[in-house]
Amino acid sequence: MHDQNGSVRIGVYICHCGSNIGSVVDCKAVSEYIATLPGVVVSRDYKYMCSEPGQEMLEKDIAEHNLNRIVVASCSPHLHEHTFRAATAKGGLNQYFMAMVNIREHDSWVHTDKRAATRKAQDLVRAAVARVAKQKPLDKARVDIDPKVLIVGGGIAGIHAALTLANAGKKVYLVERAPTIGGHMAKFDKTFPTLDCAACILTPKMSAVRAHPNITLWTMAEVTSLSGYVGNYDVQVTRHTRYIDEDLCAGCLECIAACVYKQAKVDDEFNEGLGKRKPIYLPFPQAIPQVPVIDRETCIEFKSGKCKKTCLEACGERHAINFKLEDKVENVRVGTVIVATGFQTVDAKRLPYYGYGVYPNVFTSLEVERLVNASGPTAGEVYLRDGKTHPKSVGIIHCVGSRDEKTNKWCSRVCCMYSLKLAHLLKEHTGAEIFNFYIDMRTPGKGFEEFYQRLLNEGVHCIRGRVAEVTDWALNPSEEGKLVLRVEDTLLGVVRRIPVDMVVLSVGLEPHKDAQEVRRLFNITCSTEGFFLERHPKLAPVNTFTDGIFLAGCCQGPKDIPDTVAQAGAAAAEAMALIDAGYVEQEPNTAYVIEEDCSGCKTCVPLCPYSAIAFREDKRKAEVNPVLCKGCGTCVAACPSGSLQQHLFEDDEIFAEIEGVLVHA
Amino acid sequence: MSEYAYFPGCSLRATGMAYEKSLLEVFRILGLKLNEIEDWNCCGATSYMSIDEDAAFVLSARNLALAAKQGASEVVAPCSACYLVLRKTEDYATRYPTIRKRVDEALQIAELPPIDWMKVRHPVEVLFNDVGVGMVKAKTVRKWQGGKLACYYGCQMLRPYYETDRPQDPIRMDELMHAAGATTIQWALKTKCCGGSLTGTIREVGVRLNEILIAEAVRKGAEAIVTCCPLCQFNLDAYQREMNGGRGYDIPILYFTQVLGWALGADRDKLGFQHSIAGGKVLKQWFPAREEVMANA
Repeated sequence: MHDQNGSVRIGVYICHCGSNIGSVVDCKAVSEYIATLPGVVVSRDYKYMCSEPGQEMLEKDIAEHNLNRIVVASCSPHLHEHTFRAATAKGGLNQYFMAMVNIREHDSWVHTDKRAATRKAQDLVRAAVARVAKQKPLDKARVDIDPKVLIVGGGIAGIHAALTLANAGKKVYLVERAPTIGGHMAKFDKTFPTLDCAACILTPKMSAVRAHPNITLWTMAEVTSLSGYVGNYDVQVTRHTRYIDEDLCAGCLECIAACVYKQAKVDDEFNEGLGKRKPIYLPFPQAIPQVPVIDRETCIEFKSGKCKKTCLEACGERHAINFKLEDKVENVRVGTVIVATGFQTVDAKRLPYYGYGVYPNVFTSLEVERLVNASGPTAGEVYLRDGKTHPKSVGIIHCVGSRDEKTNKWCSRVCCMYSLKLAHLLKEHTGAEIFNFYIDMRTPGKGFEEFYQRLLNEGVHCIRGRVAEVTDWALNPSEEGKLVLRVEDTLLGVVRRIPVDMVVLSVGLEPHKDAQEVRRLFNITCSTEGFFLERHPKLAPVNTFTDGIFLAGCCQGPKDIPDTVAQAGAAAAEAMALIDAGYVEQEPNTAYVIEEDCSGCKTCVPLCPYSAIAFREDKRKAEVNPVLCKGCGTCVAACPSGSLQQHLFEDDEIFAEIEGVLVHA
Repeated sequence: MSEYAYFPGCSLRATGMAYEKSLLEVFRILGLKLNEIEDWNCCGATSYMSIDEDAAFVLSARNLALAAKQGASEVVAPCSACYLVLRKTEDYATRYPTIRKRVDEALQIAELPPIDWMKVRHPVEVLFNDVGVGMVKAKTVRKWQGGKLACYYGCQMLRPYYETDRPQDPIRMDELMHAAGATTIQWALKTKCCGGSLTGTIREVGVRLNEILIAEAVRKGAEAIVTCCPLCQFNLDAYQREMNGGRGYDIPILYFTQVLGWALGADRDKLGFQHSIAGGKVLKQWFPAREEVMANA
């Protein structure tokens, strides 16, 4: 029991944690027993070791008794390891000369037999005493943080995070896959429960993004690779061409007017296919950037090469249009990343019993958002699919692809409220009789329940029951030509048939279909349903398990606009906390290679979940990047030659611990 | 040539005779061989399954074991009730060791081998997958002279196992009818209840359920309903006189194999039209005797 500090002098502290430990474990008996072990100079029990006096006692003992190792037996290291490490350091020792034993979660909380629990505590503490003698001093490494931030996704989450960071003077790269930023919010008509116009509150922020000197905006772009580690991520972004040079285009839109297609004939994505656009188009009037895009699939020049190219003539001297433009690859270095890639709505065709795609007058909620929108394909006139008839009755089905064993099990959180909003708007636009079919009316937000009451007062019918099917099967003449919703009204306790002209499916929110690819790209994790997983559901809701990568918005789970904006602000603040600190300290419990023993078998390289192990071809040896290593120990266990070791979990430390727990002194 | 063990079940030897006759013709013409399971017994369907599940599994398993003994790996069960109970036995015996053990014990007493993985198949799916709509169409020799058809699938073929077709909105029988040259209506009641055995127990409920189906098919312009289950066919066929406020209906209720057999050139007498109850007049027009065909030609 000797090391560079001379003989080992250990101080051991058994915490009662009030009655949490003390009521089951005889802490005094444990400390008296531990005092008899070799190397133990001080052994005490104390009511609350984490309290100020507890910590001061520890610090004082180090000085008075010339201690050089500390063992604290109390709660989980998750809670107070840093507290006791700090106290150890304050007492003048290297903080890694402290070992912590969990006799609460691992002992007193899970046992009722006091004698056995006390014995178990003695065994566990004895193991720590044996282990701590072998522990070596370690230092935390520092990593500098590059102040630039990458934000992936230009919906309201990405926009808000970008503006927050840019206003604080940070340089931001905002990458968006679509030709314009704005995301889903740009498609909405009004927002619940205040009914303020979505475009009116969103478009000023979009323009601010475009104008901000600290924001580099890349639309039609995707992150194609990411490497490095917190503070130093190397990012490759592929910018797909729109065949119109953003720097040369003035946004006059003459080219669109001049297109050889006199009539717009292509289904318009922004209007959910309800409107038409030309092969050269601007997604919507307030799109940012205000630069048209050419769709290769439908443009005659790309299809046959024989177009008159009237768009080129219209552009004239600017020469912004160039059919030969190619995709561009940008390589940038950033310190932190905010992933704000959003969601997709459930494909209503997955629920064939609701008849979407079979009966023309079944609509999705996003389609109705465009129908009621003054700048939508019908200029705000709510027509049935024939384009001329107003509905006299509308059924809105909640929870389509939510709270459903067959599709998605989770509640999508926003559908009750947006369904009520659409009910209000449809009534306002058409005067139709509106039926909402709900399972539970979920209105847990500021002003939400009041909005629900308002809707009831407006005379919107709310029927509690999950709709069984939408059918055109008519039982009597009043149902002829109508869509019939069959539903069990669970408040009346009867099965009802409600004939309507129009059905709206309130589709739920789900992860993007390529969320798994994005997850791999950014080395983050997904929860079982496929949304990106936060580090802790309560205490680290915007962090991921990869340092320096944060989440914002619906890519982490369904949420409404206020929650999305709040989370985007939090993600920006987390990024800023790293940037303004300038560096991060790394835990030193990382793996390392003993080079003379490494045979270069490469077993460890693909096993590392954090891509922290590289193979040095020049030396034919594995090499661990301590900045990337999280200390999981996978490689250490797998190494056939034992050449991989891990700080704080060295073989001699672990063997001493095992011996300590097994050998009753 | 594809070969399958064949489990007729009780219906096809009684109310569903037309199904067996036409099915055998269609399979013969398309070059699919059916080897009837020797000494087959009750499939164990509804009454057994609801009262004594063990007995149902054992009865059903005996048929599967016999088929395996004949060297088959796939068994065709045309009756949807047989199909479901055989399929369920295969599934449950694979998934639940306790059921497997009871079944194997019973089979041992009967000196039969333990059941091995046996694929249970419905003829709609066999024709769709093993022959294919294109091949059926290529082999048709008669032009369809009949009216619009409503394909009615019933429940047991589609739920809870949905290997035969899409469970909510099936389409394969429709496509086979198109291959035979016929037009089908699209309607919402393809899989709604035919009343099952309610026609025999609570008659007014059973008849009402069937009336809903026939009324909607007629409203949508169908002149006959095509089925793939002997119980559906019987329920729809036998009670038409009681419907429509006493005025009754007279709509032919066909098996899909009767229409296919006709298109493929089978002899009229071998398709079992004489077993139909309703729609006799229409049947005579749509499926005229051979001489009349010659006369028209």
